[in-house]
Amino acid sequence: MMKTLVKRGMLLIATLLLVTILAFVAFSIIPGDPTSSILGVEATGEQVAALRAKLGLDLPIWQRYLQWLGGLLTGNLGESYNYAMPVGQLLATCVTHTLTLAGLAFALIVVISLPLGIVAARYEGGVVDRVLTILNQITMSVPNFVAGILLVYLFGLVLHLFQPGAIVTPQAGWGPYLWYMLFPALAVALPRSAMTVKMLRGSILREMGQDYIRTAYSKGNSKTSALWRHVLRNAMIPVVTFLAMTVADIMAGSIVVEQVFGIPGLGKMLVTSIGNRDYPVVQAIVVLIATVVVVCNFAADLLYRVMDPRLRGR
Amino acid sequence: MMLQVEHLKITFPHATGHFEAVKDFSLTVEEGQVIGIVGESGSGKSMTAHAIMGLLERKHIQVSGSIRFQGVELLELTRSQLRAYQGKELSIIFQEPMTSLNPTMKIGVQVEEALRIHTKMNAKERKARALEAMALAGLPNGEALYHQYPHQLSGGMRQRVMIAAALVLRPRLLIADEPTTALDVTIQAQILDTLKEIKRKEGIAILFISHDLGVIRALCHHVVVMQQGEIVEAGPIEQVFHHPQQEYTQRLIASRPTRTKLKAGGSHG
Repeated sequence: MMKTLVKRGMLLIATLLLVTILAFVAFSIIPGDPTSSILGVEATGEQVAALRAKLGLDLPIWQRYLQWLGGLLTGNLGESYNYAMPVGQLLATCVTHTLTLAGLAFALIVVISLPLGIVAARYEGGVVDRVLTILNQITMSVPNFVAGILLVYLFGLVLHLFQPGAIVTPQAGWGPYLWYMLFPALAVALPRSAMTVKMLRGSILREMGQDYIRTAYSKGNSKTSALWRHVLRNAMIPVVTFLAMTVADIMAGSIVVEQVFGIPGLGKMLVTSIGNRDYPVVQAIVVLIATVVVVCNFAADLLYRVMDPRLRGR
Repeated sequence: MMLQVEHLKITFPHATGHFEAVKDFSLTVEEGQVIGIVGESGSGKSMTAHAIMGLLERKHIQVSGSIRFQGVELLELTRSQLRAYQGKELSIIFQEPMTSLNPTMKIGVQVEEALRIHTKMNAKERKARALEAMALAGLPNGEALYHQYPHQLSGGMRQRVMIAAALVLRPRLLIADEPTTALDVTIQAQILDTLKEIKRKEGIAILFISHDLGVIRALCHHVVVMQQGEIVEAGPIEQVFHHPQQEYTQRLIASRPTRTKLKAGGSHG
């Protein structure tokens, strides 16, 4: 187990290193120059050369990469070309918004889909199961930004549960802040929750048909105790993997849904910075998102091993 | 009479109407008696065993006739009343030791599960009894196995774990549904020896189901021969084995593999 942990940990670091290289190289080879967005198209050759030297863009790419990586490791993300302020400081609020949104969306997926999946499987073919199947089909086929628009309309404009467009920051207190994030998080979570319910239901029903469940019944277990004591842990194994893969989608979904709800998160910052060729900002965002996804997958991998004894030591 | 089965009929829905898996089956088992049911695949012997154990899905499968256990009509019990017998008075071991144990649950927990369900024993008492049952099932190193998982054990060991779990509450009747079919010949002989030992020590009644009359002969007093859901022959094992009255029984005797041949996979009864 310890050996696997070390091996996985090394793999995690290697993956992140690769991400930094890709992020750096990709934005260095795409056409466009940060100097032209700062100085405008009418700048003279000397002005451009002077600015390039000032930003360090005249150095060879590997040297610039190592410099940037060194900064990254010491927590210095560099300075934004456009906003003339440290990237860390610039991104602090955006990151809080997006990570809160994504975290809340993930929590909602778990809270919504686990009970529903279990109920649907326990009472397979019953009224709840059939209603859920229909709702699932609908929810799964609605993209998150459409769900977002509908939620803004229904809860914002009709029911006035929140004010669309108003920005709430964590300084307002965690209660109001989470309430502000609840509806966008719901928009991100709904399509994924539907998929998770469907997956968990299928997984439970598959396990219910296994030989070891027959053994459980033969010892005097009821259907409910067989479900809780025997099925659930086995049925959750594929669902945990699915949820880990969901993290990447939640991050992407959060960035899209932020636009719908007018939240000044990473999404807006990312789009603006790509347009401006503000490389330090873009690279920082890409590395941050990749880190969240990779770390969540790492955590899922460990959890997977805890849940399935057959995988331990492998 | 401990177990009395009369005119048992098992029907389940099928693509072409209804299929009668068991047409008319009657059997009595006295305390401590070891009875074999033999028949080829599809003869209804496993279906009968599952019916006695109350494991058939009531929603889809129709069971009629009578199954009386110690005077109680099991077919008239509600599901929760029946659960009081399952694992306590009646136990079963299955043909597939590789898949009959929960892969994510420790051996010890699975062996003592019936104790947790049917008794108020505390963890220490349960473990002590579980280790006793494991020793009886031919697992003397129970303490080490207690914290292991099924995938760490061989097929023969897993079947012994199943036996230990089935015996942990000292049931009156053990149903063994082709318990050695999926195992290779040497392991099969060892498991049979263990069952014989259990029979001798515990005086438990065993209903032993197999397609192999030789295996039944090694263990049972009486045998019932089944074909297509019906009993075609019944009697003391030596009589049936040496003087089979039916051509079907003769064929079963003739078709049994000799000890020198390795037996290929199992068959569902």
